Amino acid sequence: MYFAKEVLDKCSNLRVQWEDEVRRLINKKGERKEAFTTVSNHEIKRLYTPEDIADLDFERDIGYPGQFPFTRGNQATGYRGRLWTYRMFSGMGTARDTNERWHMLLREGQTGLSTAFDFPTLMGYDTDSPKALGECGKCGVAIDTLEDFQILVDRIPLGEVTTSMTINPPATIMWAMYCACAQQQGVPLDQIGGTIQNDMLKEFIAQKTFMLPPEPSIKLISDTVEFGAKHVPRWNTISISGYHIREAGSTAVQELSFTLRDGMAYVEDVMERKGLHPDEFAPRLSFFFNSHIDFFEELCKMRAARRIWAKVMRERYGAKNERSWWMRFHTQTAGCSLTAQQPYNNVVRTALEALSAVMGGTQSLHTNSLDEVWCLPTDHAVQIALRTQQIIAEETGVANTLDPLAGSYFVEKLTNEMEEQAWEYIEKIDSMGGMLAAIDQGYPQMEIADAAYTFQQQLESGERVMVGVNKYVTEEAEECPILDIDEEVEQDQLRRLNEIKRTRDSKAVKRTLDDLRTACKKGDNVMPYCIEAVKAMVTEQEICDVYREVYGEYQDPGLF
Amino acid sequence: MNKGMVLARESENAEQVHNRTQQIVDRVQAGDVRTVSRLIRHIEDKNPKATEVIKALFPLTGQAHVIGLTGAPGAGKSTLSDALITNYRKQGKSVGVLAVDPTSPFTGGAILGDRVRMQKHAEDKDVFIRSLATRGALGGLSDAVDEAIHVLDAMGKDIILVETVGTGQSEVDIMNNAHSILLVLTPGMGDEVQTIKAGVMEIADLFVINKADQPGAGKLLNELTRALDMADSFSSGWRPPIVTVENLAQAESFLTKVDQVRVTIDEHYELLQNSDVLRQRERRKAEVQLNHALDSALVDSVVGYLRTNGQWQQILQVLADKTNDPYTLAEKIVSLVYTLDWEQRLESLNIADA
Amino acid sequence: MADKTLRILVAKPGLDGHDRGARILARAFRDAGFEVVYTGCHQTPEQIVNAAMQEDVDCVGLSCLSGAHKALFPKVVDLLKKQGADDIVVVGGGIIPKQDMPFLRERGVQEIFTPGTPLDDIISWVKKNVSPRDDL
Repeated sequence: MYFAKEVLDKCSNLRVQWEDEVRRLINKKGERKEAFTTVSNHEIKRLYTPEDIADLDFERDIGYPGQFPFTRGNQATGYRGRLWTYRMFSGMGTARDTNERWHMLLREGQTGLSTAFDFPTLMGYDTDSPKALGECGKCGVAIDTLEDFQILVDRIPLGEVTTSMTINPPATIMWAMYCACAQQQGVPLDQIGGTIQNDMLKEFIAQKTFMLPPEPSIKLISDTVEFGAKHVPRWNTISISGYHIREAGSTAVQELSFTLRDGMAYVEDVMERKGLHPDEFAPRLSFFFNSHIDFFEELCKMRAARRIWAKVMRERYGAKNERSWWMRFHTQTAGCSLTAQQPYNNVVRTALEALSAVMGGTQSLHTNSLDEVWCLPTDHAVQIALRTQQIIAEETGVANTLDPLAGSYFVEKLTNEMEEQAWEYIEKIDSMGGMLAAIDQGYPQMEIADAAYTFQQQLESGERVMVGVNKYVTEEAEECPILDIDEEVEQDQLRRLNEIKRTRDSKAVKRTLDDLRTACKKGDNVMPYCIEAVKAMVTEQEICDVYREVYGEYQDPGLF
Repeated sequence: MNKGMVLARESENAEQVHNRTQQIVDRVQAGDVRTVSRLIRHIEDKNPKATEVIKALFPLTGQAHVIGLTGAPGAGKSTLSDALITNYRKQGKSVGVLAVDPTSPFTGGAILGDRVRMQKHAEDKDVFIRSLATRGALGGLSDAVDEAIHVLDAMGKDIILVETVGTGQSEVDIMNNAHSILLVLTPGMGDEVQTIKAGVMEIADLFVINKADQPGAGKLLNELTRALDMADSFSSGWRPPIVTVENLAQAESFLTKVDQVRVTIDEHYELLQNSDVLRQRERRKAEVQLNHALDSALVDSVVGYLRTNGQWQQILQVLADKTNDPYTLAEKIVSLVYTLDWEQRLESLNIADA
Repeated sequence: MADKTLRILVAKPGLDGHDRGARILARAFRDAGFEVVYTGCHQTPEQIVNAAMQEDVDCVGLSCLSGAHKALFPKVVDLLKKQGADDIVVVGGGIIPKQDMPFLRERGVQEIFTPGTPLDDIISWVKKNVSPRDDL
C-alpha cells in the first residue's frame, strides 16, 4: 500500500464533502464542457487524489532514477549530471548549404547533429532520376554520392560530435558513407557515435517511405545492428520511432504501444536471425517519441515507456545488463500541432511541448521552428527554436531536480493508465502473430486512420480547439518570412553528379556492386560491401537498385 | 469546356443517332480511353442515352476471357490482380480491370481504393483499370458491371479481370458475369470452416490460398481439399484446383506461384471452349442480362415516371396509412400500362427480326 | 435517372508519403456522397493523369508536402490538357507557401487549400465548382 490506511480514510471522508460541493456548483453553473479529454481523447477526471494511486508500490512502480524499472529516469544524476542534447533536425539544399547551417547551429550552442535528407535521398533515388523531379533539396539535403557526404561533414570532427541521420530504407548506405568519412578523417569506427533512424516497421505503419517488402527490410536492419554491435559500439543502430505514428494521427497510447511493439519485433529478429543475446545489442537500441500539445499526457507517456521497456527487456527477453533495460529516447515536438494560421503562435506551442519532453526525461530534443508549416526554417526561426531549449535548461529551473512531477496523484495515475492501455495493444498484436502479421492485416494502419479521422471530425465540429484555426481566428492572414529553395540547387546537384559518374572508376563501381549483389543473395551482412561501394563513388540509387532487384519492391496496400 | 458529342438530341433523326452511335462504337473499338470511361460512366448513371451504344456494342463482344476474383476483404485480391496483370502482359495479352468497392449505404459515397495496388500499370497503354462503386446493388456487384464488361470486350481487351467486394453470398452474382472464377482465401481471417460454405464453394473454378506462409494455411488447405473430396461431382467435369501462394517469401517464388494461377485459369478457359460448358454459361449470362434489361425497360421506366410526376410519394403515403396494399396498387398500375391484348401482341414478336 | 454522382481522384504526386491529409480528405468526400478514387502516394504525373482518364473523374485533388508542387502540379494540368481532358478541374493542397499560389493558379490549378482549411469548405468548393462530365 502506497498510503497509510488513515490517509486513505481521511481522503475518502473529505471527498464526500467535495463531491457535494461539486454537485452544487454543477447544478448551478455547469462546467465548461461535457467531457474533458486529452488530444488523444483520453478522459481526464476533475481531480486526482491519493485514492487514485492507492495500489501503487513505491519500489515496483516509481523507485529511484537509475533503478529498475527506471520510471524516474535511467541515470542516478539525470539532468544534473548531463543536460539533454540539443539536437536540431536540419538539412536543406546542397551538402554545402547544410554544412553551413550545421556550423551555425553548433556555434549557437547545439550539442548534437541531426540530418534531414531530401525526398529522393530518403526514397533511394538519385537527383537525376525522373522520380526526383522538383524534389531536390526541398525538404532536406540531397546526397547522391560519398562526395556529397564529405562536403556535408566538412570540418565536423566525427570523433567528437554525435550525428543522428533520419534515413530509413537507404540507412545502410548513409551509414556506410558516414563510416567512410570517419575513416578518411582518421577516426576509427569504434570512436564514432550517432544514430540512424533505420526503422522500417513504422514506415509500413505510418510514414510510408518504403522501398523493399517487410521481410528484407528487417533483414537489413538486423545487419546494421550486428555490424554496430561488432564494429561501431557507440552507435545507435535503430531509432525506434513513434513520432511519425503520432504525426499520422494516432493517439498517445497507440504511439507508445506500436513503437514498443516495433522495438520488440526488432529485438526478436536480431536474436533469431543473428543469434545475438540481447545484452550484445540492446544497449544501442534507441527510441524517438513525439511531444504533442497535451502537456501531461506526453510526459506520462514517456515515463510509462521507460517502465514498459525495462520490464519487456528483463522479463520477456532475459536481458541481464542494466543498460539493456534502459529506454533512451530522442524527442521532437509535434509538427502536426503547429498551425499555418498565426504562425508566431507556434513558438509558444513548441516551447510548451519541449517543456513536457524535458519533464518526461528525454535524452535529446528537437524543437520545431514556427514556420515549418510553410517551409524549411529560416535561420532566425531555427534560432528561436534552439533558444527555447536553452531557456528551459538555463532559466526555468525544471532541470534542477530529477523527475519533479513524480508522486503527483495525477501524473502517477495517468502514467499507470497509459501503461495498462499500452499493454492491451501489445498483447493484441502478440495474439495477431506479431507486428509483421499485424501490419500485413492492416491493423495498426487502420487504428491510426480511425484516430486521425476522429480528431479531424472533432476539429471540424469545434469540439477540439486549435487556436487561430477554429477559435480566435483573425481575418487578416498573418505572414512570416519564408525560406525558398532555389531551383538552381537541382541543376547544381545534377552537374556534379554527372561529373562524378563521368570521372569515377567504372570497373570499381561494377565490382563493388556485383559483390554487394552476391552478398545480398547469400544473406551476408551487407554493411562491409556498402562501405566499399560508396568509397568507389557508387551512387545511393545504384545500391538501392541492387536491393530492389534482389528483394523486390513494396506495394502500398491502400487500406481505408 | 465541353468536348465532343452528345449522345442523342430530341430533334435528331434516326440516321443522325445511328451515325453518332457508330462513331462512339468506332472509338471504343479503337481503344479511346476517354470514350470508354465516359461510356461506362453513363452506364453507371443509368443514362438512357447510352442504350443505343450498348445495343450496338453487344454483337461485338465475346472475344475476351472474363475472370472473376472474389473473396473476403483483406484476402489480397488486388495484390493478386496486380501480379496477374503483370503476368498476362508478359504473355502479350491486353488487360481490362473492373474493381468494385462498396457504396456507403448512409452517404451514397465510396472510396475506390483497389487501384492503389495496381497503379504501377497506370502507364501501360494496354491495361485499362476502372473502379466502380456498387451504388446500392444488393448482389455485391455494380449493376453496371455487365455492360462495362461488354465495353472492355469491344475495346479489344483479351483478358478482363472483375474484382468484387467479396462479402460472402454476394459472390454468387459473379457467376453470371465471368468465365473463370477465382476464390481467394487467406488463413487466419476468421473461421476457415465458415468461409467454406455452400454457394460460395460451388461457384469457384479455382481456389487461391493467399498469404500461405501465415499460420493456419495448412489447416485451410486440408479443409478445402476435404470439402472438394466430398462433392459428388463437378458439373463441368473440372475439379477446382487449389493453388497456395506465399507472399512474404522472396519475390521469385511469389511470381512462380502467380504464374501457376494464370496457367490454371488458361487451362480452365480452354476446357470451357472445348466443351458445352461455355455455351451453358453464356446462356445463363444471357438470361440474367435479359432479365436486367426487361427490369430496366418495364419496371424502371414506370417507377421512374411515377417518381418524377409525384405520384410515387402519394402511393407510398397510401401504403403507409394502410388505406391500400402494394399488391392491389401494383395490379392497377400494370393494368394501366399494359394494353388489353398484350399477350397476343407478344406472341406475334418476331424474335429473329426484333 | 439518378442525380449524378461526382467522381474525384485524390492523388499524391512525387516522393512524399505523408498521406494523413489525403486519406482524411478521401473519407470526407465519401461521407459527402462522392465516389473517391484514391491512387496512393508516390505517383508520377503520368500515373495520375492516366488514372484520371480511365476513371472519368470530374476533379483531381493533389496533395504534396515535399515542396515539389511547383514542378509536379503544373505537369498534371499540362498532361490532362494534352489528352484532351482539360475540363477536369485540378485542385491542390499540402505545404504550399502563399508566394507559390499565383504561379500555380496561372498554370491551371484552380484552387489551393492550405493546412487548416475546414473540410466542409473544401467539399463545398468542389460541389460548387465541379460538375459531372456529361457528354461523350
